[in-house]
Parts: sequence; C-alpha cells; structure tokens
Amino acid sequence: MPALIDIRRRIRSVKNTQQITKALKMVSAAKLRRAQESMFAARPYARTMAQVLKDVAARTEGEENHPLFRPASKEGKALLIVVTADKGLCGAFNSSLLRVAQRYLADTEREVLIDAVGRKGRDFLKRRATIRKEYIGAFQSLKYSTAQEIAQSAIKSFLDREVEEVFLLFNEFKSIIQQRIVIERLLPLQALEERKSVQDYVYEPGPKEIFEKLLPKIVETTVWQALLESQAAEHGARMAAMDAATRNATQTIDSLTLYMNKVRQAAITKEIIEVVSGSAA
Amino acid sequence: MADSHLPTKLTLEVVTPDGLLMRDEVDSVQAPGSEGSFGVLPGHIPMLATLGAGEIIYRQGSEVGHIACMFGFCEVLPDRVHILAEGGERAEEIDVARAEKAKARAAERMKMVKDEEGFKEAQADYVKAIARLSAASHTKGA
Repeated sequence: MPALIDIRRRIRSVKNTQQITKALKMVSAAKLRRAQESMFAARPYARTMAQVLKDVAARTEGEENHPLFRPASKEGKALLIVVTADKGLCGAFNSSLLRVAQRYLADTEREVLIDAVGRKGRDFLKRRATIRKEYIGAFQSLKYSTAQEIAQSAIKSFLDREVEEVFLLFNEFKSIIQQRIVIERLLPLQALEERKSVQDYVYEPGPKEIFEKLLPKIVETTVWQALLESQAAEHGARMAAMDAATRNATQTIDSLTLYMNKVRQAAITKEIIEVVSGSAA
Repeated sequence: MADSHLPTKLTLEVVTPDGLLMRDEVDSVQAPGSEGSFGVLPGHIPMLATLGAGEIIYRQGSEVGHIACMFGFCEVLPDRVHILAEGGERAEEIDVARAEKAKARAAERMKMVKDEEGFKEAQADYVKAIARLSAASHTKGA
C-alpha cells in the first residue's frame, strides 16, 4: 500500500499541471479573440480581391500573356507552402495537417520543395522532403510584411522556373473548436476557361503596369489571409486542447483524492485494531 | 429606351487589409487615380485603375462624404465601384493632430535621408499624411 504522503504529492503535482493548463487556456482565449478580430477584418479585402481577379480573368484578353498565368508544364518541381504553428500543445492541429502534407508528398509525381511556415512543420518535414525556405517565429507578432516576403519569394521561384506550381496548405478557421485543412493553388493564377463576351476594361495606367502591381498583390493577400486563418485556428485548437487537459486533471485529482481517503481510512482502522488488541492482551 | 438599362446608383465598396471601410449606395464617386483624380457616375464603362494617395469623395443625394485613401486599386463596373486601398480612414475618424505630426516627421525625413529607398518611403508617408489632412479638412470642426 502506497504511503499517504506519496499520494498527496501526486495530487499536488496534478494540481500544478492543472493550473498551467488553465492559464494556457486563458491566454489562448485572449489571443484567439485578437486573432479572430484581425482575421474577420481582413476577410472583406481578400474576398473583394478574389472578386476583382475573377472579373479581370473573365474580361481581359491577353492576361495569359502575363507570366503569373503561365500554365504548369508536366515536368518540373512543385512548391508547397506549409503553414503550421511554432508551438505544440494544440491537439491534432499540427499533426493532422502534416499528415495531409505527407500524403501530398507521396501522391505527387513531381519533386516537391517545401516552404515551411512555423517550427512544427519545419521539424517534421526536414527529414522527409527538401525545405527550400523556412519562416520561424512569424506568429509571435504576425505582420503583413511576412506574408509579402513569403509571396514574393514564391513568385520569384515561379518566374525563374524553379517550380511549375505553388500550393498553399493551411488550417482554415471554421469555428473555435473546428479547423478545416485546406490545400489551395497559389500559382499559376487560374485563367477562366469560359470567357464571358463582355467589354474589356479601360486601364489607367496601361494593363501591363496594372497587372504588374495587381497580380502579385493578389498572391500576397491570399498568403496573408491563410496566415491569419491559421493563427486563429491555432489559438482555437490550443484553447480546446487545454480545456480538455484541465478537465482531465480535475478527474484525476478526484479519483486520487478518493483513493487517498480510502488509504487513510485503512491506516486509521489498522491503528485502532492495534490499540484494541494491545489493550486486550 | 437604352437608358432604362443603365443603373442609376453605384455600390461603393472600400476595403483595406484592416477591414471594410464602407459599403453603400452612392450617386457618384471621385477617386485619386495614380494618373490623376477621376470621377465615376452610374453606367461607367468597366475600368481598372491604380490609386495614389488622396481622398475618395462620394455623393449620396445632397450629402458628400470623404475617405482618405493610400494607394491601391480601383475596379469600376457600371453599377459597382470596388476600391482596394492599402490603407484608409474615414474623414470623421482621422486624428488631425497625429496626421500633422506624421507630416512634419516625414518632411524631416525627406530632408535627412540620403538613399533613394529611404526617400521614397518618407515621400510615401508624406503624401499619406497630406491625404489624411485633406480628407479631414472637410469635416465640421476641423
């Protein structure tokens, strides 16, 4: 039978753990709120941007001539931008995304290069694929310039024909407790197959100058939105995971306390028996 | 008559990466194109333009509204105007004192910096501050 003091020690240790998970949950809740706000704020911009791209693709002749519309050839490499968290303790957030990444690596016939955003993805994929670039610590304070950097580097690699396609893999924020893993084609930009017979745009300045500015911006915005979604999803996942951990700790404490009381009762009974049998002798 | 097919209102939507600034029905819009300011009435032919720093002026009946706008794009369709600005503020929300300070700071930096890159940055900040000030100057009490 374990000594009382050992059980007490275990209860104390579980209590300490519980305090930590509780605090982490609270921190995540606060961070989640902020992340959610900036994500919702950025959504209209991304949506309008996507709308404009669609209009542009439906209206213009000759946008296929812009290098970012270049269709992917059969040969050549692909670039996969994997967005994970820097930290763990968030349930299956990273691992299920990385499982999808691994499946993608297995299913793709091209050679795949990886741009890893987030430490967890980098560590996992380091041994399984070629990491082209890594962005660690971006989520400590998320800035638009990070998205810009990621997008610019992908665009450059695409234009230099280092890669033929660019995909973006990230967790989309669906609700606080739910994430959806999304894999999205970033480049080449999709030209609409069916062209509506509508008037072409008037451009001010010329179409070339506008595309030169607009198209990279669209890529940047897509990356930015993905980072915001992933950030909010991460905090949501962590909050849910820490909530579950806190609940588990409560349960463990309850059962340990019950056990401790039983042991104590047994010890007291034993002592009484000893005293009684001692006086009887 | 062909005119009956033309829309009589424009839906103006101004968005920035920090959020939606406005979405409303308006009668006309004036936007700061990078090649010069342009006006849009309902039924305009489709147009795609880049924007400089300046103010967006829109009219709703007899009301006139102002929004400071810092670079971006503008898509014009016969019944819609989408403005994707990199930054922007509604005239009522502009902090004039802060904009004045930013303008002074940028002007100072334009004198100080030696390299082209830094100068361009300072210059961009300067025109942004001016855009904010000119939009704010139309509100009452400014």
